Amino acid sequence: MTKVIKVENLSKAYQLGDFGTGTISRDLERYWARIRGKEDPFLKIGELNDRTQKGTSDIVWSLRDLNFEVERGDAVGIIGRNGAGKSTLLKILSRVTSPTVGTVKIKGRVASLLEVGTGFHPELTGRENIYLNGAILGMRKAEIKRKFDEIVDFAGVDRYIDTPVKRYSSGMYVRLAFAVAANLEAEILVVDEVLAVGDAEFQKKCLGKMGDVSKGEGKTVLFVSHNMGSVRQLCDKGILLTNGQIAFTGNTEAAIKNYMNSSLDPKSGIVAIGTLTDTIKIKSVTVNGSPLDVAITPKDEIKVCIKYQCLKYLPGFRISLTLFKDGVRVLTVQDLEESVPIEPGYYRSDIKLQSYFLRPGTYSVAVGGHNTNHTNFSFGNVEWFFVTDISSFEVLEEWSSAYDFNNLGIINLPNTNGVRTAIGSDD
Amino acid sequence: MDKPEEEIWDIEISPRNNLLDLKLKDVWHYRDLLVLLVRRDFVAFYKQTVLGPLWFFLQPLATIVLFNFVFANIAKISTGSIPPPVFYLAGTIIWNYFSDCLTKTSTVFKDNSAMLGKVYFPRLIMPLSIVLSNLIRFAVQFILFLLLMVIYSVQGYPIHPNFYLLLFPVLIVLIAALGLGLGMMISAVTTKYRDLTFVVSFAVPLLMYTTTVIYPLTTAQAKYPKYSWLIKYNPITVVIETFRKGFLGEGSFNWSLLGFAAVATIIIVIIGTIIFNRVEKNFVDTV
Repeated sequence: MTKVIKVENLSKAYQLGDFGTGTISRDLERYWARIRGKEDPFLKIGELNDRTQKGTSDIVWSLRDLNFEVERGDAVGIIGRNGAGKSTLLKILSRVTSPTVGTVKIKGRVASLLEVGTGFHPELTGRENIYLNGAILGMRKAEIKRKFDEIVDFAGVDRYIDTPVKRYSSGMYVRLAFAVAANLEAEILVVDEVLAVGDAEFQKKCLGKMGDVSKGEGKTVLFVSHNMGSVRQLCDKGILLTNGQIAFTGNTEAAIKNYMNSSLDPKSGIVAIGTLTDTIKIKSVTVNGSPLDVAITPKDEIKVCIKYQCLKYLPGFRISLTLFKDGVRVLTVQDLEESVPIEPGYYRSDIKLQSYFLRPGTYSVAVGGHNTNHTNFSFGNVEWFFVTDISSFEVLEEWSSAYDFNNLGIINLPNTNGVRTAIGSDD
Repeated sequence: MDKPEEEIWDIEISPRNNLLDLKLKDVWHYRDLLVLLVRRDFVAFYKQTVLGPLWFFLQPLATIVLFNFVFANIAKISTGSIPPPVFYLAGTIIWNYFSDCLTKTSTVFKDNSAMLGKVYFPRLIMPLSIVLSNLIRFAVQFILFLLLMVIYSVQGYPIHPNFYLLLFPVLIVLIAALGLGLGMMISAVTTKYRDLTFVVSFAVPLLMYTTTVIYPLTTAQAKYPKYSWLIKYNPITVVIETFRKGFLGEGSFNWSLLGFAAVATIIIVIIGTIIFNRVEKNFVDTV
């Protein structure tokens, strides 16, 4: 196999806070060091990029000493938590910004899709924008002309092609933009999470197109996504980034598994609200044993394990589990049927759910609890606490006929035993 | 596979590039983009306007009417034997072309950060498209100038076009290169320190008065014999005076001054390009 991308000692440092190093004298000092060919004095004090920890230095390494190679025809998924350096890596690969240290060598043309519709002008028509956008992505006019019908066809906006794009629905806009990029004649396709937009049908079409590109046409694809489902579907190799360093490279499954298991502190930045926040301390919440981004297939059970500490006797307490999807509260369940007294100490509550009740997508987990004083029950007397976004999981789209009830929406229920009766006329 | 092929790379991304490497091959490959950007600017300018490209005429017309009123009638600044409106228009269209190129180029990174931050293409395309877009504007205004010239010479005013007007293409290149070069120098600073944007917005209109847009060089020399060299050696003055000499037959022209302006412009463009090349690599992080 031919190597098409070779990354050597790649690092990128960013300054936090204000621009510059703060003072002109320090700017000058750096400049002077650079002229003499010395190492930048302010990069020495850099530290790894862990956004959860308050750093002591203003400089963080968004990427640190990356070394990897990509071969022709590979579809590589780049995964990692927010701030792991995925987007920075893509930015360097697509030459939007340059590295602080190290080199990247590339064979062939790179088409980067860090955003769909870059350079679209709202006043211009769909046709004019196809040409403009294509040219921005590096296509020659003749090339765009040759592919024009294919692009319009893929986007499905034939009727509106001579309408200014400001009159387009946002969906049409995105489809048109993606269609241009997807039909690029480039050897290497660099794709950020642009597929998060557009409806499900179009997302599938895009993934399909990208799959064709990598498998059928022998092109190389680098794909960044939080959606493990699409990474699994599209990529055959995975690179896991943690705090700007490569934590794992290998096949996709192993990379995803590594990502799921990476024992990251899930509690950072989580805020509890309510009157019981000083009485009940949540220690950990795991879904199927892992704190974050667990991938669950419809056949799995969802086992949520909540560990907590109680600091004060409460006469009637129970824990509740709430799931959100896209900000919508999907359900709330309690760990016990009745509120019962709780003594100070450490506890764990296990709650089990059947995952096939949930249609595919990412769910966010919230944990709450309330204490009802039975002797003096009134609404204002309920003590409570609530912690949102404490964990998350993803239900993958791996349906078997046993679970797919052809439902739409959030909840997937078995078909009710409906009955159809012929009633003759409509009265 | 053999070793040599393995080591041939098309693109090499490294922290620093050669300052004089302008990637002109890349720019040439993207020439269609250049044309499309110019077209976009032109089309977007008059979409949803009633008068459309006529707006290109109205701005210089309003300017010369006002100049005529203030400088020719109230202040009584002589424009020699040339009727004031033609005299002003000659200076105004050249000055406008320069100042449009300068101000637009100086904020090119800031104005286009959304686009430049997401996709790679040779960054030089962007300022070049500005220069070309404004050239179209200049061409339209130049037609207005020719019209006015014809109207006045038919009425018997002493307007004598001569062979110096063959220098016209040189003048256009000079003025465009000046705007581009200075703009690129300033653009490097505005990405990091926005202050300069404000300086540009008030200094450029004021700078107009240090060139010979509203007065002939001879008047300035007569009034301020000591300091008039500041005006005389301003490359923009040289361009305006040469332009007037060629098209209207009156203006201070000599070859050595034009040569000086050309050399100054070339130096400015080279420095501007070097600075631009330095900034383009990392401006995304500071803009």
